[in-house]
Amino acid sequence: MSEWSRALSAPAAPEAEVAQTISGNRGLQIEEPLLFEQDSPGHCGVDLPEPAPFRSRLGGLERKGPIGLPGLSEPQIVRHFTRLSQKNYAIDSGLYPLGSCTMKHNPRLNEKLARLPGFADLHPLQPEASVQGALELIDTLAHWLKTLTGMPAIALSPAAGAHGELCGIMTIRTALEARGDRRLRILVPESAHGTNPATAAACGYEIEAIPANSRGRVDLAALKAALGGDVAALMLTNPNTCGLFEDEILEIAAAVHAAGAFFYCDGANFNAIVGRVRPSELGIDALHLNLHKTFSTPHGGGGPGSGPVALAAELAPHAPLPWLAHGAEGFALVEHAQGPAGRSIGRLKGFHGQMGMFVRAVAYMMSHGADGLKQVAEDAVLNANYLRVRLEDALSLSFPGICMHEVLFDDRFLKDTGVTTLDFAKALIDEGFHPMTMYFPLVVHGALLIEPTETESKASLDQFVSVLRGLAERARVGDVAAFHAAPRLTPRRRLDETAAARKPVLRWRPAPARQEAAE
Amino acid sequence: MRYLPLTDADRTAMLAAIGAPSIDALFADVPAAARHRGLLDLPLAMGELDVERRLGAMAAKNVSAGSVPFFLGGGAYRHHIPAAVDHLIQRGEFLTSYTPYQPELAQGTLQYLFEFQTQIALLTAMEVANASLYDGATACAEAVAMAGRVTRRNKAVLSGGLHPHYREVCETYAQFAGEELRAEDAAPGGGENLAALVDGETSCVVVQNPDFYGEIRDYSELAQICHRAGALLVVIVTEILSLGAIRPPGEMGADIVAAEGQSFGNALSFGGPYVGLFASREKFVRQMPGRLVGETLDADGKRGWVLTLSTREQHIRREKATSNICTNSGLCALAFTIHLALLGEAGLTRLARLNHATAVATAERLSGIPGVRLVTHSFFNEFTLRLPRAAAPVVDALAKRGVLGGIPVSRFYPGREELADLLLVAATETVTPEDIDRFALALREVLR
Amino acid sequence: MSATRFTKDHEWVRQEGDLVVIGITDYAQSQLGDVVYVELPELGRKVAQGKEAAVVESAKAASEVYAPVSGEVVAVNDAIVEDPAKVNADAMGEGWFLKLRFADPKELDALMDQAAYDAFVAEHR
Repeated sequence: MSEWSRALSAPAAPEAEVAQTISGNRGLQIEEPLLFEQDSPGHCGVDLPEPAPFRSRLGGLERKGPIGLPGLSEPQIVRHFTRLSQKNYAIDSGLYPLGSCTMKHNPRLNEKLARLPGFADLHPLQPEASVQGALELIDTLAHWLKTLTGMPAIALSPAAGAHGELCGIMTIRTALEARGDRRLRILVPESAHGTNPATAAACGYEIEAIPANSRGRVDLAALKAALGGDVAALMLTNPNTCGLFEDEILEIAAAVHAAGAFFYCDGANFNAIVGRVRPSELGIDALHLNLHKTFSTPHGGGGPGSGPVALAAELAPHAPLPWLAHGAEGFALVEHAQGPAGRSIGRLKGFHGQMGMFVRAVAYMMSHGADGLKQVAEDAVLNANYLRVRLEDALSLSFPGICMHEVLFDDRFLKDTGVTTLDFAKALIDEGFHPMTMYFPLVVHGALLIEPTETESKASLDQFVSVLRGLAERARVGDVAAFHAAPRLTPRRRLDETAAARKPVLRWRPAPARQEAAE
Repeated sequence: MRYLPLTDADRTAMLAAIGAPSIDALFADVPAAARHRGLLDLPLAMGELDVERRLGAMAAKNVSAGSVPFFLGGGAYRHHIPAAVDHLIQRGEFLTSYTPYQPELAQGTLQYLFEFQTQIALLTAMEVANASLYDGATACAEAVAMAGRVTRRNKAVLSGGLHPHYREVCETYAQFAGEELRAEDAAPGGGENLAALVDGETSCVVVQNPDFYGEIRDYSELAQICHRAGALLVVIVTEILSLGAIRPPGEMGADIVAAEGQSFGNALSFGGPYVGLFASREKFVRQMPGRLVGETLDADGKRGWVLTLSTREQHIRREKATSNICTNSGLCALAFTIHLALLGEAGLTRLARLNHATAVATAERLSGIPGVRLVTHSFFNEFTLRLPRAAAPVVDALAKRGVLGGIPVSRFYPGREELADLLLVAATETVTPEDIDRFALALREVLR
Repeated sequence: MSATRFTKDHEWVRQEGDLVVIGITDYAQSQLGDVVYVELPELGRKVAQGKEAAVVESAKAASEVYAPVSGEVVAVNDAIVEDPAKVNADAMGEGWFLKLRFADPKELDALMDQAAYDAFVAEHR
């Protein structure tokens, strides 16, 4: 029986028997229909002048017939979206213990500065003389990221981490082909994030998974056995997705290079080592960073992100366009593959990159400085280890010993309780917390991966610990029904994802016309 | 440090609880050779005031679009964004929330994405749309890849009227994915015969409407030719506002639409972040990249929304995913949704009319200058002029006179002599009659 | 009707004359969760033993269904495309995926029988 259908047959908890309201609202939780269900045809939330008569130059291709968009006034729109926002959890509201997501506080200074007209109201293709300050900001970002990573070059155009991975693997393939060395395989640890194999496949590679050893790290012997003349690269995350530093990384890098392959590092977990460890000293050839993770640009409900890629010297000539150049007349953009840029992989995105995120990241880095960034890594690692020791006797710690910025548990502590990792997470929702990352990485059963980040106070962590310990205890004493019915306090509970996938309804459609209905 | 809540007392207590003598002990797994002693060679922490001064100084070195007469387009358009949009997207529950993987905690995000998907489907007259991609150019590359999956062919034809950045991104992606692209030559005013290039091995033909030079065309016949050959028609739209005035791709027989949504709700921002729009026929939905939000019921029978058809995506399908994409353009999609909601049907069509009228007035005025010829026949809010000499130095001279007068086509196609005297000009509702006067005056002077 | 055989990837195979019927086991469907979609091969396709023949998707997972023996696809079960829930309800019977005209009986004999499969599942649980 599926998780969802089991929830239906669970007995209703006392809280669910609260009196029904007339409106369906519950205090501050307002039921809000779709925009399309509130249409006042002809209405508008923007006042615009009607143009003076003019001769149309649309070539007879005017749009005919209604589009079907609803019309509402500004008060209605503001209320609509305000009510929607009140159904969301957010970093501003509480802890997001999501492993490898680095849900840290998003400083508001970053928002203010990104909105300066001198950054926000600039067209990417204005004459270069009119945007020297923007190019200087991009150069500043590049300088900070190169210094933090120790790498000689950085590609700034990728729009997100996955896009950065694509960029990195594309440069690697191009460098190999420039050597006349066409290799067909990429090695990826079993614990890798799904974007890694997806990226490798998108670049035409076959993927081979390398198992983890009993200490949760890449099995060095298995890696060496898999390396050969047809391996283009190893894609590794470090610290890895179990929250552990790959302590054999220097041997790993040496083995990869000895086989003539490149060492790609997924930098999603850079928060653990920023300011303390430089990837260049770990033998890494290419590393993508997530500005929306380590560098605090807001997650925005799913995006936008920014995924710059730091590159070693051999890969730098293949960096995507555009490049930033310093000339006699100031900064300039190299936008075409001519001359020195002739070996670039080409363009990966329209225009130059996620400038709005660059401004935010630079503001963040300048605010912290070299000392503050180092403190970020230290507090992140401290917070995660604190959670480790406060929880290891209540939950099942997957790998003993110190962790980095995130800590991995598995579902052994729920064995024979009838409570699954999913149920445990749903109960956490009622307690006012977003669940941790679940069922990832795949190397342990029923994974629970927790990353607190450095912007959680000790009090916040202590509260989280007491809730987790309490829930673990409840599971142990067999309060199964409560878990299966959770969550009970959210505006919606246990949504039917099976039905959504079997018969997808992906847009609103108007009700059939009256005429049809009457027939 | 203002963003770090731990105090030294906290740190001491926590280290004691952990049983570690110092923070360095927690980094013991880092090889000694790689541990950095001391601080990296970067400035130390700064207060808000200092950061504001530093970045403010950089911003002040730029000429912002609103401070001068401004006529640039080329895939990014300056529109007036109603004040409510920026206030709403800065609500913490939108700004600082995560991807809606836990639907019970994200009905706000899921509902607005469902509304966004509906808006895109209506605007493009297509059956289904996704919850956004990075930008128009990457959406275009994803469309070509999707056409390949649907048709199980790998030869795509790209119109010469496709935005050069979009073509370049397609070329980069195709090179690595083993797709074959045939890109027709760039030239304004048509002249290409795409129908002749369609055969039994073609996966898709990619056209842009209005095209890079601003030309509007009817692609219905090309759609039929494609379909007879078992190929798909992909239509690109770089100025999404145009669909408030011209026939949408869905009514011309498009199979996939990839577009740039920046015009609604998103500032120019020197090129990003923007928002990629993606729509297709419903029967192809399982081959669609990116996130999809679907409607469903919860355990109490109430309507709600969830991410769905996730098995296409990287976190489940891994190397067999339809794309490696992980993020969408979340907040940019929200800004789009709010702006379009404020406009509504009446506002959208009026705004589109206003843009077209302004562009017509600008084109008539500028083509009245001796030596200047309007090359585009039918256009929306962007058109191409042929100048009596190279456009790039003209644009620089105009800038010196305080006018940002369009984009020289040579910026996109350096070294192409026959394109060097072409100037791409856009005129939106933000252009005033005085702006047009100043542009015309300055251009006349520069060309004298 | 001959006995059902099983693979390590949790497919079952049952011989019907010169054809075999193939599906996923009850254990497999319980692991997958509610099936939302199946992708079946086109008729006439030749599949090799151990290679992908079909795909089965639940809300949270997608799995390849590998051909337990080599052969040519002669029938597919449209009923499970219409109603994927049948795979959960009756994986060993009505939830069948496809029928192959198979070439080599030795491939069939080499697969696990019921007892061996049950032991295999118990060991890996």
